[in-house]
Amino acid sequence: MTILQIAFLLIAFVTLVSALMVVTSPSMVHAALWLILSLAGIAVLFVLLNASFLAVVQVAVYIDAIAIMIIIVVMLTNDPLRSAMRTVTRAWWGAAIGALIILTGLLVMITQTPAFNLQPPPLAMGQEEYLETLGRALVDVNQFILPFEVASVLLLAALIGSIIVAWPFLAERREEGDR
Amino acid sequence: MQSFLTDPFSFIANWLESLLLGLGLQPALATFLLQLLGALVLGTAMLLLTFLLIWAERKIVARIQDRLGPNRVGPFGIFQTVADLLKLVTKELITPTGADLIPYNLAPLLAVMSVVGLWAVIPMAPTLLGADINVGVLYIISIGAIGTLGIMLAGMSSNNKYALLGAFRTVAMMVSYTVPLVLALLVPVLLTGSMGMQAIVEAQSPWAYIFLAPIAALIFFISSVAEVGRAPFDLLEAESEIVAGFHIEYSGLKFGMFFVAEFLHAFTISALTATIFLGGWQGPWAEQYTLLGLLYFIIKTSLVYFVVIWLRGSFPRIRIDQMNAFNWKFITPLALVSLIFTAVAEKVVVDFDLPRLLIHLGVNAILIVLIAIALGGYARYQRAQAEERQQRVRQKSAPKAA
Repeated sequence: MTILQIAFLLIAFVTLVSALMVVTSPSMVHAALWLILSLAGIAVLFVLLNASFLAVVQVAVYIDAIAIMIIIVVMLTNDPLRSAMRTVTRAWWGAAIGALIILTGLLVMITQTPAFNLQPPPLAMGQEEYLETLGRALVDVNQFILPFEVASVLLLAALIGSIIVAWPFLAERREEGDR
Repeated sequence: MQSFLTDPFSFIANWLESLLLGLGLQPALATFLLQLLGALVLGTAMLLLTFLLIWAERKIVARIQDRLGPNRVGPFGIFQTVADLLKLVTKELITPTGADLIPYNLAPLLAVMSVVGLWAVIPMAPTLLGADINVGVLYIISIGAIGTLGIMLAGMSSNNKYALLGAFRTVAMMVSYTVPLVLALLVPVLLTGSMGMQAIVEAQSPWAYIFLAPIAALIFFISSVAEVGRAPFDLLEAESEIVAGFHIEYSGLKFGMFFVAEFLHAFTISALTATIFLGGWQGPWAEQYTLLGLLYFIIKTSLVYFVVIWLRGSFPRIRIDQMNAFNWKFITPLALVSLIFTAVAEKVVVDFDLPRLLIHLGVNAILIVLIAIALGGYARYQRAQAEERQQRVRQKSAPKAA
């Protein structure tokens, strides 16, 4: 095994363990913190796979968002730091059996794929060129412009919606309507 | 050929590399060791620089407020910070009851890390920079996110309501001011055609971006000052409202780390402004003589840093509603409009010299006139609203008086 493979396995292990802790940790805030570690592990995996752009975006988008998520957690739950919630449902054995069946199926599928034992082919282009290709593909009429624009329309709708909710003039009118 | 006088940094790096290879190390290991050494030197130099920064800031603010500032320890009080550090080191590290231990101790580390990490991509001279990654601008944003996280952890794990409120304020402010910051950063990225910091500096060779995009430069400067949380945006530690904010429960060196992070961050945003909008190491003969480039960089950064201190000494703290209104109703739309105007102007430009400068300056001038008209209209609207409200009050109270 090369150093790169050892690093990959170690980081994958950390990512998986912290993902497990996200769902088993009794405190909401701790779950959010474990989620950060898990997402950071994925960012490092991106770096190891020569995708530094995705790694940086992973940190910028997710970890920044988690700081806000912690605020929401603190605001919506009472005593979020010490709450001892039940993290295991009564039907845990059913869930475990289901998960085990799916895991076995996936493992069988993965080991049967012909690409399982192949070495990864060397990248055809430099990293920068891949990034440029990605950028152009997002605005190319023949490629992904439609999903890209649909996503931006969705975000725009959310923005306009939040402005309308917070607009003082419309809020007054709603109150008058209630009366 | 590189010689020591024209390019000392490459000279030293080459010499060290040949030394390590001469010892019989593998090339990969030698590169790794060299990079580790570079990171250590850079980080240590930045943290040591903070001594000087704190002293300079205290001196300048004192002069602005008609005081003398530190003047007892060493010549001009220059070793005052060392004495302060020694005091901090000897203090007890108190952990509050009920604190969440791991996040509580992790938070100061994250705060310092996010600031020192920024220096990895800032080109200080043509050949002196940590890493020329092609997503440098995005890297700056994401490292800033880690700083926000550190503050959130500190506030949340301290088991103190003031700390929690301070952290909420900080996160609200940092997250919202990231929006105009990113939008303003898009303007130089658009003008350069690359997100790498070195490419941005190299593209500013005839005209620095502050001439091509003055509005974006101002927005970037304001929102990065807000991102640091310094006066006039220091309501995360408004003493009269929430005591000391998120670091209220930290003592000794742990408090010192937040302190260092804040001062170094102020200097770092000055360096970023100088790099992205003032041309970084660009200047006459900077390409031939690397040390001259470093000198230009230091001069430009110090100028911006002086303005940051000047702001702190001059402006009162803004209220939290003013902070939010200023961001969401003024700078964010302005940054969006400025980005659109710049994109259109850049499409119009064919010749890449003086006409480009004139077109961009003209576009920015139009934008400034539009802002003035819009602000005037908004002020008139507000005044009319206030008068209407007053009249309503008068009409209600009039029958009673009669």
